[in-house]
Amino acid sequence: MKKIASLFLATAMVASLLVGCGNTATTSDSAAESTTTADGAAFKIGGIGPITGGAAVYGTAVKNAAQIAVDEINEAGGINGTPIEYRFEDDEHDAEKSVNAYNTLKDWNMQILMGTVTSTPSIAVSEKTKEDNMFQLTPSGSAVACVQYDNAFRVCFSDPNQGTKSAQYIGENKLATKVAVIFDSSDVYSSGIKDTFVAEAPNQGIEVVAEGSFTADNKTDFTTQLLQAKDAGAELVFLPIYYQEATLILSQANSMGYAPLFFGCDGLDGILAVENFDKSLAEGVMLLTPFAADSADEATQAFVAKYQEKYGEIPNQFAADAYDAIYAIKAAIEQSGATADMSVSDLCEALKKGITEIELNGLTGEGMTWTADGEVNKAPKAVKIVDGVYTAM
Amino acid sequence: MKMKKTTKSNLITYGIVIVFYIVMQIMAGTGSLSSLLKGLLVPLCIYSIMAVSLNLTVGILGELSLGHAGFMCVGAFASAFFSMCTKETITNGAIRFVIAILIGALVAAIFGILIGIPVLRLRGDYLAIVTLAFGEIIKNIMNVLYVGVDGSGLHVSIKSASQLQMDETGKLIINGAQGITGTPNNSTFTAGIIILLITLFIILNFVNSRAGRAVMAIRDNRIAAESVGINISAYKLLAFAISASMAGAAGALYAHNLSTLTALPKNFGYNMSIMILVYVVLGGIGNIRGSIIAAMLLTALPELLRSFADYRMLIYSIVLIAVMLFNWSPKARELRDKYSLKN
Amino acid sequence: MSFITYLINGISLGSVYAIIALGYTMVYGIAKMLNFAHGDVIMVGGFVAFTAITTLGISPLLSVLISIVICTALGIAIEKIAYKPLRKATPLAVLITAIGVSYFLQNVALLVFGSDTKLFSSVVNVPDLSLAEGQILITGETIVTILACIVIMIVLSLFIKKTKSGQAMLAVSEDKGAAELMGVNVNKTISLTFAIGSGLAAIAGVLLCSAYPTLNPYTGAMPGIKAFVAAVFGGIGSIPGAFIGGILLGVIENLSKAYISSQLSDAIVFSVLIIVLLVKPTGILGKKISEKV
Repeated sequence: MKKIASLFLATAMVASLLVGCGNTATTSDSAAESTTTADGAAFKIGGIGPITGGAAVYGTAVKNAAQIAVDEINEAGGINGTPIEYRFEDDEHDAEKSVNAYNTLKDWNMQILMGTVTSTPSIAVSEKTKEDNMFQLTPSGSAVACVQYDNAFRVCFSDPNQGTKSAQYIGENKLATKVAVIFDSSDVYSSGIKDTFVAEAPNQGIEVVAEGSFTADNKTDFTTQLLQAKDAGAELVFLPIYYQEATLILSQANSMGYAPLFFGCDGLDGILAVENFDKSLAEGVMLLTPFAADSADEATQAFVAKYQEKYGEIPNQFAADAYDAIYAIKAAIEQSGATADMSVSDLCEALKKGITEIELNGLTGEGMTWTADGEVNKAPKAVKIVDGVYTAM
Repeated sequence: MKMKKTTKSNLITYGIVIVFYIVMQIMAGTGSLSSLLKGLLVPLCIYSIMAVSLNLTVGILGELSLGHAGFMCVGAFASAFFSMCTKETITNGAIRFVIAILIGALVAAIFGILIGIPVLRLRGDYLAIVTLAFGEIIKNIMNVLYVGVDGSGLHVSIKSASQLQMDETGKLIINGAQGITGTPNNSTFTAGIIILLITLFIILNFVNSRAGRAVMAIRDNRIAAESVGINISAYKLLAFAISASMAGAAGALYAHNLSTLTALPKNFGYNMSIMILVYVVLGGIGNIRGSIIAAMLLTALPELLRSFADYRMLIYSIVLIAVMLFNWSPKARELRDKYSLKN
Repeated sequence: MSFITYLINGISLGSVYAIIALGYTMVYGIAKMLNFAHGDVIMVGGFVAFTAITTLGISPLLSVLISIVICTALGIAIEKIAYKPLRKATPLAVLITAIGVSYFLQNVALLVFGSDTKLFSSVVNVPDLSLAEGQILITGETIVTILACIVIMIVLSLFIKKTKSGQAMLAVSEDKGAAELMGVNVNKTISLTFAIGSGLAAIAGVLLCSAYPTLNPYTGAMPGIKAFVAAVFGGIGSIPGAFIGGILLGVIENLSKAYISSQLSDAIVFSVLIIVLLVKPTGILGKKISEKV
């Protein structure tokens, strides 16, 4: 029996080795091909993010929105006449898979990386882009270390920035003095914002009376955390989390008759688009976000319409960040006069300089600029949900 | 001179690994290795080590463990912690890395003993579920652990970084859910292969030693083994601790392969433990060589399926089911016997 | 007062675990396999009911029935295709296949329904109960979940004790070979077990999504594992054990969240499990395994 098993495995191994060799052969073939065709033929932009697994919703949004931006640019004649080639790889929200995805894209001769979507993989990949000196623009990697190297930039706010801004906003507008926080302790984004929020709170005269947390494995029942907040007399509950859990928190708070102010960050955006969500539950929820899908400005509306038509969903803030990321790359290329036949490293040097000189009017902010340390300057908008729509405050 | 059958089989196993290494090095040297495969070399070693070490528990000791990723997690964090602390003091990367791996293996072995003492009293599926529970506990605690170092020593908190109350020179090393960032990337293919060979050496020798035979006697008939005077608990614990320490070494490789280390359900949760178990079962329970081959194939498979885009993981799951059916179902067996090369 | 509320919420969560655990424990008792795909059948049940209610506009009660029928069929199909050929293989091979099925269901759901979280509208139409001048509030979902759980447990116990098929199940779980010699159709019995288990999974899915109304392809995975823990907790293979295990797990989880640490509640739940198993190695209501030499 064992012999049969090992025989089978051996044949399988040989077969796969052949497949593997075949594969490497084809990739090197295509590599040879594209080096000849890549002579100024197209900018090869790669994207990485989770499109399977628990975080798939974020990666899918980025993948789709970037595709829209790329299509728009190509239809309009490309960047300085050069079209974009775009390819997106799955990383399952895992650092190791993300590096594999990066290497796959490298085999495809990627020149510029738009990614990765989530923070932890982004940090791991930035180590590799640093080695290769490839320009990296993450749409939504918000942890501080995502842009620690000079070749990495981001479109979203950093976590500490959001936590501090939220505390300041609550303090300055005297929304509440007793605040409870409910956060995802297993998530980098959520715990990062919470840490800085709690650190900044005393400076703003805010007392954090309850800290409730949950983990990725334990996110169905929030009644306990809400009850603790209620018993501690919190007037405002700060939710530095994503909207999926927030929908549960809002409906559970409602059914237990607890109605504090709810205040969130950009992760909450998308809550109104959740299929079947009772929008009245979100009434009065405040959030600091750079993007709102039902904002009245023309660019946003055009983008949302296109996205809905193509993918049947209302885009969330990740989608908007990705859309802006592609346009930021375009602007940086135009600014620096880079061409598609430049080497990865030369392109990176040109874009590094280019991106700090542009000013982009995007979906997530007017007049966005970048600094050399990788951070973006844009104003967060505080919005409040009134009558089922986001209203600027 | 006639070689013993086991020695010959062991030499073949070493040979496969060494040939694999040489082929890959030649391919890398001539530049015919794709970036993807180059990036995969260290993970291939890591998961092979994991599979081989779990095979010691599942195949040789005969106990089902669903918490193997927990030991990998412990080893990864311990070794990364050490590397971060000594990044400035030990400037020789190679020496620091060797010590880090030893620390990872040692800490994981200690955890293996601590967990093994209560767990190994249980049987079968109950043992499996308790190892799963321990794995999840380890992951859960790693997610709330804040550790920093400053002039006055080590600070630990399970609430938040600000509670560490470090002085200005303090350096935050483990930052709760954000884990450890900035671990030096010391893991190389050569290092991975060396550790894989050491793992093989330890485990193959263990299996053929007096202790190994005692462990297998316990697996085959516990009561009979006890009646001939074998100290059941001690031998079980020994095998379990060796298995854990190898997983710890694999964890150290993992931590030094990526610059970021977080304990997510994906990399250190029960899902990972189960994946490793899949390698072991597919490679043949108790068959060390099979574990390596299965681990390498299944680690590479999702990457080779990338051209299927959205259907990638779906195809992967179908392959998994199909392989199991092909390997175990009576009909497939008949078919294989019929067309086997060995009649 | 808040203690009672924590307790009630814990019981509510626990009864969902208990219903899932009942399915787990039945399949384990009879087929001697850990059906890791059980949690994903729950997810399928939720999605079927969701599609029926929201997209097709079918009434909630009918939707639940549709969901039960589809999940039952799915359970039988999975058993036929993936598990039956492995009846004689090592239990581990079946375990791995179950994991393959679990991945398969998750990824099919991902392709069909997308990764976006859907909000499930509750199928429960029972008013909330307010006690002690509104200080304690029991939601309609809680009441229905607890009642459903108790009813299912009683019906299952009666089914096994009083009907011929039930007796056949008992016989198969005791000794497959002997049962076969006594004229029990083992294959049919196992298929029936999967059918019942998956039907229960559909009910659990609908109730889980009614009480905690989000739905995505990974909704079933974690409750599935927790329910598995609950089943072991109570003594796997035992129907009242699954019930007690589920309720206890929910209560411990909620109370530790409330009074010890919400971050470490998983660790605490698993620690309690370990302690219970060390004291009673086969769970609270588990049968003693006698050892043969």
